[in-house]
Amino acid sequence: MKLNRLATLLTLGLALTTLVATGCKKGPGYKTDIPGRTGGGTASSRPLTGPGLGQPLNSPDLAGGTTVTPIDPEYGIPPSAKHGHEGWAEDATALAAESVHFAFDSATVRNDDRAKLENVASYLKTHATNAVRVEGNCDKRGTEEYNRSLGERRALAAREELVKLGIAPDRLDTISYGEDRPADPADNDGAYAKNRRADFILLSPPGR
Amino acid sequence: MKTFKLLLTTFALGCLVGSSPALRAADDEVVVGKTTWSLNAKPTLLSLSGFSGEVEQALRFDLEVMGCKIVPATEAQYQVTGSNNGRVEGRLIDAISKAQLLGKAYAGGTQRQQAHALADDIVALLPNHGKGIARTRIAFKMDTGRNSEIGVSDYDGFGAQTATSDSTLNVAPAWAPGRNAIYYTSYKLGSPDIFLQDLSTGNRQAVAQFAGSNLSPSPSPDRQKLAMILSKDGWTDVYAMNTDGSGVVRLTKSREDESSPCWSPDSKYVCFAAKVSERRGLYRISATGGDMQRISTAGVSSPTEPDWSPDGKWIAFTAQRGGGFDICVVPSQGGSVTVLVEGEDPSWAPNSRNLVYARRSGAGRVLSLLDVPTKQFKDVRRISGSASQPSWAK
Repeated sequence: MKLNRLATLLTLGLALTTLVATGCKKGPGYKTDIPGRTGGGTASSRPLTGPGLGQPLNSPDLAGGTTVTPIDPEYGIPPSAKHGHEGWAEDATALAAESVHFAFDSATVRNDDRAKLENVASYLKTHATNAVRVEGNCDKRGTEEYNRSLGERRALAAREELVKLGIAPDRLDTISYGEDRPADPADNDGAYAKNRRADFILLSPPGR
Repeated sequence: MKTFKLLLTTFALGCLVGSSPALRAADDEVVVGKTTWSLNAKPTLLSLSGFSGEVEQALRFDLEVMGCKIVPATEAQYQVTGSNNGRVEGRLIDAISKAQLLGKAYAGGTQRQQAHALADDIVALLPNHGKGIARTRIAFKMDTGRNSEIGVSDYDGFGAQTATSDSTLNVAPAWAPGRNAIYYTSYKLGSPDIFLQDLSTGNRQAVAQFAGSNLSPSPSPDRQKLAMILSKDGWTDVYAMNTDGSGVVRLTKSREDESSPCWSPDSKYVCFAAKVSERRGLYRISATGGDMQRISTAGVSSPTEPDWSPDGKWIAFTAQRGGGFDICVVPSQGGSVTVLVEGEDPSWAPNSRNLVYARRSGAGRVLSLLDVPTKQFKDVRRISGSASQPSWAK
């Protein structure tokens, strides 16, 4: 009995690894039935299917397995498909404490922010139906379209770290607000530092 | 002795020929067909009399933007006289020779439009001024609190109308060349997509809705292509595609930052701001792909937001200076940079002489018009709230 279960888990792990390793393609995704994980108060026992037909599945964190998403050092990971989480409820406060911040004119995630990213990843691993939108922002000390592009890079960089921590890319949307949505509109270095950030907006599927 | 005299004469002639302006272009002189303007030029001095009210105000504004200064008749190089009882009538007189260069009455349209037409007719007769732009239009982004919309107006800010009313972020308008239509980025559908909106009908269509962000649309002057910043392949890069959506080409492939693409007037090159090996600069690349070539802008920091003049001679751009930004120009092949005025995000007028740009004012920005040769600038009529990211219709 035990051996059977182990074999099933290993097969599923392999299948999922293959699925995720082929990258995030647009169009119908590979669909497979995965029985809900039993045991543990926080693990969900619902079938782990996406919000619509053909959507790639959220991958559970399998014991001993890691989700492998190839990250091309030159290109990064393609962003998630559009409208994948349309109509989902948004909560800007749930992960507000985990916003990561950036040095001036930089889209490099700082080592100091590792713990925050681990918190976000951990949350997503224990709340398997949620998704997150990573929002990149800038301070006003750049020109507008430059900042819009920089905000996008910040969002993509933070997302990449979460993927490296084992979160499936399609659970992570990104957006840039450039300098349009400052956390602090004041004109001083403290405010600027607060604005150079990536925020994590928690998304919940409708009906939940 | 004869030989010596001959040598001396030859030497003297040689010096004369070598220093003749016809044979040696000054560093800052640009030849545009028959029109020549120089950087750091003095404004042409005009006097203005006989006009009143809105016509006087519009004429004055137009002529000042286009590189003139209104002075008393005794100091003027040219006198502009006329009237606006019912219709606008105007004359342009050479103050030295007293010759009348222009005598015209205008019919149709509003008095304001007639004043603009007179201003254009005057400027066409002034040496080195190029074509008039008093009857052109601009598009721009208007902040509406948390969101922003696209506005369109006469080049001077009059007749402003909103092109969008979406209660979302609508940003980065770019006028479609030769058409009554604008491209812009809208967050309306949840993330930044590029739209093309026909201003005659109000209809719009999405032209770039790739995964990730679709930013900074820039249509090619020959109307065949659109350059933009996309992140669909995992990082922000410069892309070009045909305006029908086909033929998407990724022009840059790097983890460095690229932004603000613009086109050469022959539609062969895309120019953009980028960082290569920690060095910020302006670069150009063939629209069909290839190597990036640096456009030297030595002496200024962090050049961004380039715009290539329609006559091909100049690239205007924003440079960073301490806590602020400056509008600069550089010859399009790179070289000596001229800092013009405090401001950002320049867009060339069709005459390759004027620029519209934004300058910071209080907590927001206002639009302003610059005459590059004289460095004179005048604010566009104040649109409510903060306005920025202007695009001059060409």
